[in-house]
Amino acid sequence: MTPIYLDNNATTKVDPEVVQAMLPYLTEFYGNPSSMHSFGGQVGKAVKQAREQVAALLGAEDSEIVFTSCGTEGNNTAIRAALAAQPEKRHIITTEVEHPAVLNVCKQLEKQGYRVAYLSVDNRGQLDLVELEASLTGDTALVTTMYANNETGTVFPIEQIGLRVKDAGAIFHVDAVQAVGKIPLNMKTSTIDLLTLSGHKLHAPKGIGALYIRRGFRFRPFLLGGHQERGRRAGTENVPGIIGLGKAAELELQHLPEAVKREKQFRDRLEKTLLEQIPDTQVNGDRKSRLPNTTNIGFKYIEGEAILLMLNQHGICASSGSACTSGSLEPSHVLRAMGLPYTILHGSIRFSLSRYTTAAEIDKVLEVMPGIVERLRALSPFNSDQAGWLQGREEAVAANR
Amino acid sequence: MWDYTDTVMDHFYNPRNQGAIADTQETGIAVVYGEVGSIACGDALRLHLQIEIQSDKILDARFQTFGCTSAIASSSALTEIIKNKTLDQALNITNRDIAEFLGGLPEAKMHCSVMGQEALEAAIYKYRGIEVEHHEEDEGALICSCFGISDARIRRVIIENSLTTVEQVTSYVKAGGGCGSCLADIEDLIASVVQETAATSRRVEAELAAAPTLPLTTVQKVNLIQKVLLEDVRPMLIADGGDIELFDVEGNIVKVILKGACGNCPGSTATLKDGIEVRLRQRVLPELIVEAVNL
Ligand code: FES
Repeated sequence: MTPIYLDNNATTKVDPEVVQAMLPYLTEFYGNPSSMHSFGGQVGKAVKQAREQVAALLGAEDSEIVFTSCGTEGNNTAIRAALAAQPEKRHIITTEVEHPAVLNVCKQLEKQGYRVAYLSVDNRGQLDLVELEASLTGDTALVTTMYANNETGTVFPIEQIGLRVKDAGAIFHVDAVQAVGKIPLNMKTSTIDLLTLSGHKLHAPKGIGALYIRRGFRFRPFLLGGHQERGRRAGTENVPGIIGLGKAAELELQHLPEAVKREKQFRDRLEKTLLEQIPDTQVNGDRKSRLPNTTNIGFKYIEGEAILLMLNQHGICASSGSACTSGSLEPSHVLRAMGLPYTILHGSIRFSLSRYTTAAEIDKVLEVMPGIVERLRALSPFNSDQAGWLQGREEAVAANR
Repeated sequence: MWDYTDTVMDHFYNPRNQGAIADTQETGIAVVYGEVGSIACGDALRLHLQIEIQSDKILDARFQTFGCTSAIASSSALTEIIKNKTLDQALNITNRDIAEFLGGLPEAKMHCSVMGQEALEAAIYKYRGIEVEHHEEDEGALICSCFGISDARIRRVIIENSLTTVEQVTSYVKAGGGCGSCLADIEDLIASVVQETAATSRRVEAELAAAPTLPLTTVQKVNLIQKVLLEDVRPMLIADGGDIELFDVEGNIVKVILKGACGNCPGSTATLKDGIEVRLRQRVLPELIVEAVNL
């Protein structure tokens, strides 16, 4: 059974054209781009081309792109670099719903004496610009926020945030791992100083990413060593990965407008039909400002992992904000920050589409999902009529906090 | 994705005994249910029992579960295990029995089996009119506020499952799996349980050493047998997929329950005589005779 893959915010299929582009650099052209001979020089040219392709996708200049190993490295580097550029400032602003690759860095920095403000979100997962303004001070070195949330798809008003950040004289870093390839970007007209992207979210392989660093930015490298990437990121280049990312960026630029339309259309049909057919169901996230490929739906009274395994039986891959799947026991920090009740938190499923998603795949989900929910609700002690027990406990838990 | 056994998946996809039991007010039959669960951690179980009053036997058991794959499978397994048992027998069932029945659970999911055992107790206590407030678990200080878990409850899983690390405690009762601010307290609890266990065995040994010529009192004898079983015998059996529990001591006859692989192992008589009896005779009393009881 070929899987119906609707977990593209976790990772994507490598585009066959990307694989083709990479292959020679795993076999024939194995030279080191730093070498002085022509064998290496040839590889160096290919890396240069990939840099241009990535820059084109972002509307940036080649010299503004540094290749990294992943989104996590990009985020770590950006945050450290921003702080190193203004050693006298000790304040950072971020949000409660960031990826751990930002949150955990901030937590670590708190231990090292930085003050960090974690902006809250409303029940759509959206930021409050007034809260942001109130948090900005002359001591704020950095504002680091995501472009789009991986779990709900909620897109932050990045340029409005950026204007306020610039007014306050702080550096603006954006973790755009979920946005690149799904939203058109143009760094030339943007307020963003540093932007992180990751290859495997846009049909390139895992283990390659890039960091956009605005020209003129006072950058201090995170990885020290050789002179690669003009001294901004030491370490021999992952050449096949870089070539793959370049190709993926080129394809993304080609497909973007049409893919967005298609994915959005499929997503909306999936969402609308599920909501119509299944009672006690809701969409989590900002439906006005959201990635076109993502829907996060809460099915009340049942638990996410159980839903996922039942979907898996039909070959459907999705993801859940429930604690049980992730290995940690707490439900998703994103859905919790949105203040959703536990009944919805635990039964939330994320479907994330890609340009490979077909109408038939969506049909299949629509065919099986109502039965799955019904089956699990029949097993559950909480049906809508017995929700009293649940509510009592939910209040008890809340009181305990 | 979790690594579930085929039995877990079977009980998840084809749950046995799902639903409630209606009370038809038949004479001689009681219907009762026990509930446990926490919305914070995303699982809850309502276990329904139909009990034959005169024989104290569970005629039927059904469940309603809100939770993940292993929570549903554990509930289903539990209902299968307890049917036709007396309430006393059922009370002897531990979360390990539920996990074993399923061919094992990932350690991080052991709390699902604990939930089964607790719902069973809740139902039986309710039927017997034992106030839940008197149950040790509800006493004691709240250690983990994320999941609402008291020190008494954490102690109990530590002792019953011989846990030694905070990660294990989190896997069994979820305490510590949230904000993590209770992790240090859990560490302290583990340390104190370990200390107490060591102190008890030192005390028993000291008592014996102090009175080498006097015959053992019954309490000393039982304590010592228990100690040898726990320290020498159990680890050996567990390694082979089995387990043992002391059922009773009558004079010099030690009655044990063999569990898991040992319960139906054709070589279990040999295990009893050559392994367990020899050890108990060496370390407690040369006259001891070991017998297995079948419940
Ligand atoms: S208090 Fe125990 S995990 Fe938060």
